Amino acid sequence: MPKLLNRLVVSVRKSPVVYAVGLLLLVWLAGRARQNPVLFAQFIVDGIRLGFVYALVALGYTMVYGIVRLINFAHGDVFMIGAFAAYYGTTHYHWRFLPALVLAMVICAFVAVIIERVAYKPLRDAPRISALITAVGVSFFLEYFSALNFVFTSNFISYVPQPIQFTSWQVAGVTVSNIMFVVMAVGTVCLFALYYLVYRTKLGKAMRAVAWDKPTARLMGIDVDLIITFTFALGAALAGIGGMLYVVVYPQIRTFMGVMPGLKSFIAAVFGGIGSIPGAFIGAITIGMVETLSAGYLSSTLRDAIVFSILIIVLLYKPTGLFGEAAKEKA
Amino acid sequence: MHKSGFRFLGQSLQFWATVLLVFLFAQWILMPRMSNFRNTAWIMFPCIMAIICLGLNLIYGFNGQFSLGQWGFYGIGAYTSAIITYRFGARVSLPIEGITVPLPGLVQKLIPMAEMQLFHFDAGKAGLLLIAVAAGAVLAALVSLAFGYIVMLRLGSDYFGIATLGFTLIVQNLLVNLDRWIPETKGARGMVGIPPLTSFFWAFLFLVLAIVVLRNLLYSSAGRAIVSVREDEVAAQAMGIDVLKYKVVCFVLGSLFAGVAGALYAHLYAFLSPSYFSFAQSFDPMIIIVMGGLGNMTGTVIATFLWAITLEGMRIWLPMGFEAWRFVIYPIALLLLMLFRPQGIMGRVELGFLRAPKWPRRTAAATSANPEGRKEAAA
Repeated sequence: MPKLLNRLVVSVRKSPVVYAVGLLLLVWLAGRARQNPVLFAQFIVDGIRLGFVYALVALGYTMVYGIVRLINFAHGDVFMIGAFAAYYGTTHYHWRFLPALVLAMVICAFVAVIIERVAYKPLRDAPRISALITAVGVSFFLEYFSALNFVFTSNFISYVPQPIQFTSWQVAGVTVSNIMFVVMAVGTVCLFALYYLVYRTKLGKAMRAVAWDKPTARLMGIDVDLIITFTFALGAALAGIGGMLYVVVYPQIRTFMGVMPGLKSFIAAVFGGIGSIPGAFIGAITIGMVETLSAGYLSSTLRDAIVFSILIIVLLYKPTGLFGEAAKEKA
Repeated sequence: MHKSGFRFLGQSLQFWATVLLVFLFAQWILMPRMSNFRNTAWIMFPCIMAIICLGLNLIYGFNGQFSLGQWGFYGIGAYTSAIITYRFGARVSLPIEGITVPLPGLVQKLIPMAEMQLFHFDAGKAGLLLIAVAAGAVLAALVSLAFGYIVMLRLGSDYFGIATLGFTLIVQNLLVNLDRWIPETKGARGMVGIPPLTSFFWAFLFLVLAIVVLRNLLYSSAGRAIVSVREDEVAAQAMGIDVLKYKVVCFVLGSLFAGVAGALYAHLYAFLSPSYFSFAQSFDPMIIIVMGGLGNMTGTVIATFLWAITLEGMRIWLPMGFEAWRFVIYPIALLLLMLFRPQGIMGRVELGFLRAPKWPRRTAAATSANPEGRKEAAA
């Protein structure tokens, strides 16, 4: 019986049937696109906008996983803190967009450094599951502590006086807003800056060395702890930017708002191959588009199930994600 | 290898005597002294939670497969059984008149019960509950067989964990949308009108059954194969152990436990809401088994009760206006536990009557992490 099942599974995986089904889905999508090209273009545009926000958060997940092999579940809540920092900066202190963005980055980086020093650093040599449970604990702490009445309260807060005046144009029937351009511009700048930092500077080289082999990196005179802390701070700063952009797009904030976007971004990082920076970016754009397309064409309440099913299917075919290096992992 | 003497379901007289004593103590002394809400929250719910956690401990603690899917199977079991009893609960009834034994005055003073009621139950409802539990367990097991077989063949360690996390999220999302296909589940609003059939007897019975099944499995040659897969997959394979088979067996059995627990949970509060089966709660079993000690049944059961009682108790013990601090204190406590005792409350020390009859010598790796365990073994 198991042998039979095994043969079935292997044959399904190798058979062209699966690819045929995938192709059929694409054809179906193309058909829907031809029926109403404007709507389709709108979904794609919205998906890219969402994808850029996810990308900023996913980069933090992917860098931290790449360097300490920890799924940092508190990252989604750092994203929430970024959103709140941006909210207080713009509505209470009437700052402009860029100063508020910098404020969100700085506060998130600061919070992440504290989290890393207090919670994760003492557990560096403990079993990995302890660090994971700690990450979940930190996530609970950030959510429920900021939901206390003297912090942010647990209510929904509308982010009303926006730092950017909303204007939109119709380009061949597709609604394009200035916010979308801001999101894409900020996202692209961050991505290129990060790429430059990681692949063209000495600091980036040190980060890659630590990710590759910690003891050897230490022998080469790299301050491993400092690099790890820096990675956390960098990821958190990007999450802070993501948080601000997210609430500019969806202007409603709450202390539990980080859970779902955090998860989707994590899924995006896994989808693109966790540990890979371009992978996280492409994964996030794909997840954003899949989400808007499935919400638009199939069902808006079932879109999460569709996104996660696609994740599982992709993992089955490419177990380390689209751009992940093969099997460097060790349990 | 069995010692001669009394054995029932492979367990010693000492085991069954302890079980009976604990049951009678809880049933006659603890339960009447608590208000109705507290005895469900403090006694019955932890029993149910312990079943899920034992299942997860089999998957992760003993077999080493990092799974976050337990909560999804719990949801499947809960909803399957609830749909069955919702449809038939009002129609099935077969009350049995038991016997009532008057107790002597001295006993009545000690135990606040006027008389002892024996065999006083509704056989129809009990049968219905058993059918519902079986249905929930079987469906959870079937889904986990399909999922586990396809996914385990391909993914290991972290990626398996991520895939199972995705599974839990899919289940939750489907439960929210279940009212499209099954209207009485009422989707996101939550399912009401489930008959409250779970009593302490059933919760405790299934907990004991779970422990017995796990013990008999783990202290057999199959059990040693399961643990060897955790210790070193390649070496296990080299010894001729079918690694995939044992992984799938553990995954399916653990999910079956989750299905049973889900069915019991559905009939405990007589209300089910998809938000309970969400991502944030899905970490509870993982947190509990790490708290109790991975690969430790005693630890899991003790940690479940400590966890549930502390979380519920904080509602009452915290001063007025500070109830919201519950989930601020809880993660801090978790963090401190991870910092100072990463091997869990019990480490690898099993209570006497749960210990292996003849367990092979502990490995150096197991004892070096846990000096108390070495003393225990030497004693």
